[in-house]
Amino acid sequence: MRKPAEYYQRDRAWHPPALAREYKTSVARSPSYALISLEQSASEITGPVFGHNDIDPGDNDLLTNYAQAGESPIGERIILHGRVLDENARPVPNTLVEIWQANAGGRYRHKKDMYLAPVDPNFGGCGRTLSDEDGYYFFRTVKPGAYPWRNWVNNWRPAHIHISVFGSSFSQRLITQMYFEGDPLIAKCPIVQTIPDPAAIERLIAPLDLNATIPLDTIAYKFDIVLRGRRSTLFENRPEGN
Amino acid sequence: MPQRLDYLKETASQTAGPFVHIGLAPGAAGFDIYERELGWDIAGPNAGGERIRVEGVVVDGTGSPVKDVLLEAWQANAQGVYAHPEHDGEVEEGFRGWGRVITDFDTGEWGFDTVKPGPVMGRNGRMMAPHINLWIVARGVNVGLNTRVYFSDEAEANAADPVMGLIEWEVRRQTLVAERAERDGKIVYRFDVRLQGEGETVFFDI
Repeated sequence: MRKPAEYYQRDRAWHPPALAREYKTSVARSPSYALISLEQSASEITGPVFGHNDIDPGDNDLLTNYAQAGESPIGERIILHGRVLDENARPVPNTLVEIWQANAGGRYRHKKDMYLAPVDPNFGGCGRTLSDEDGYYFFRTVKPGAYPWRNWVNNWRPAHIHISVFGSSFSQRLITQMYFEGDPLIAKCPIVQTIPDPAAIERLIAPLDLNATIPLDTIAYKFDIVLRGRRSTLFENRPEGN
Repeated sequence: MPQRLDYLKETASQTAGPFVHIGLAPGAAGFDIYERELGWDIAGPNAGGERIRVEGVVVDGTGSPVKDVLLEAWQANAQGVYAHPEHDGEVEEGFRGWGRVITDFDTGEWGFDTVKPGPVMGRNGRMMAPHINLWIVARGVNVGLNTRVYFSDEAEANAADPVMGLIEWEVRRQTLVAERAERDGKIVYRFDVRLQGEGETVFFDI
């Protein structure tokens, strides 16, 4: 059996820094000391395993998973689909992908969201699925609306969907947000702009995917998710327990 | 020009935001949607070892509790085995080793019930003291924070722990040690997380 090997170290210059002053909430919530870098042990190389007993088949359809029978949420019907890959460009199969989002009016179904736009009685705003053997996943939902938030007086979040992914190890755990091609708010958002490298931001923007649309029914956006890749163990003499 | 390396770049992290509950704990957001929410039972009914509770608050740089945090725990069972195909050994039926909790909207308190993990073999044949791995996300946290919960009644093992030993400032090691107490006949460990400022918790780049 192949020896468990480490995952590539996270490129911290590619991710947002903990402290990003224009995103004000980060100021008091960002550690000041440097992170302590660990060589990975079993604690980091392992991680939770999920299966089809954990979720239900309809959990990935936000058009129906909270709607009353025969009704649908208001909004632009979209398919969000793509693959979960690792940095070696290999598929990450059977991994749990969870999403949450505002409704088409930019309102979240959350007891702490007080925005003027109404909740939609037929929209919960969350979904989950397992990637298949090729790392492929898909959801059906409505395109979320932009909404205002308190940072500067006049900040608006671009339309976005929050995505949580596990991978195969606790060190791959990731939460991110995907945005939609062509949204002018992306460039103006202090949360998006916490990411220093424009190339990293581009990879959070899902392109319109006309080939995957269902004609006369649902429009599609494609979003691939990349998790940390793993070293191979060639030519290494590794003591027991690594 | 040399050949191009064909690695992909990891997807960049973004904050979980204030409404993380909708996706990962919808009951707490105020609605009932899934047949089963994930992560509420870490150890299951059959796990051996000591039953414990771990609890605390997460405070920010001003010392105020943060009330929109989600924490995930990942731990071995009492024999030091992770419920993962690459870790040698068996875990009890129903032992998952993974859980998630949120902080209370009013008090910021969080807590989970589990079993105390056993020591786990670390790198180079060095044993790691019993610990629970934590991953912390919240509004204002741009990349999830990784830390470890160690146990105050394991002073000897903690002193020999190779990861503790990486922390150059001995005074900071204490930030990872949960204090053991007994309450109503239950063992409760207190683990407060300080994101910034005096007594800032040690966070790891794993």
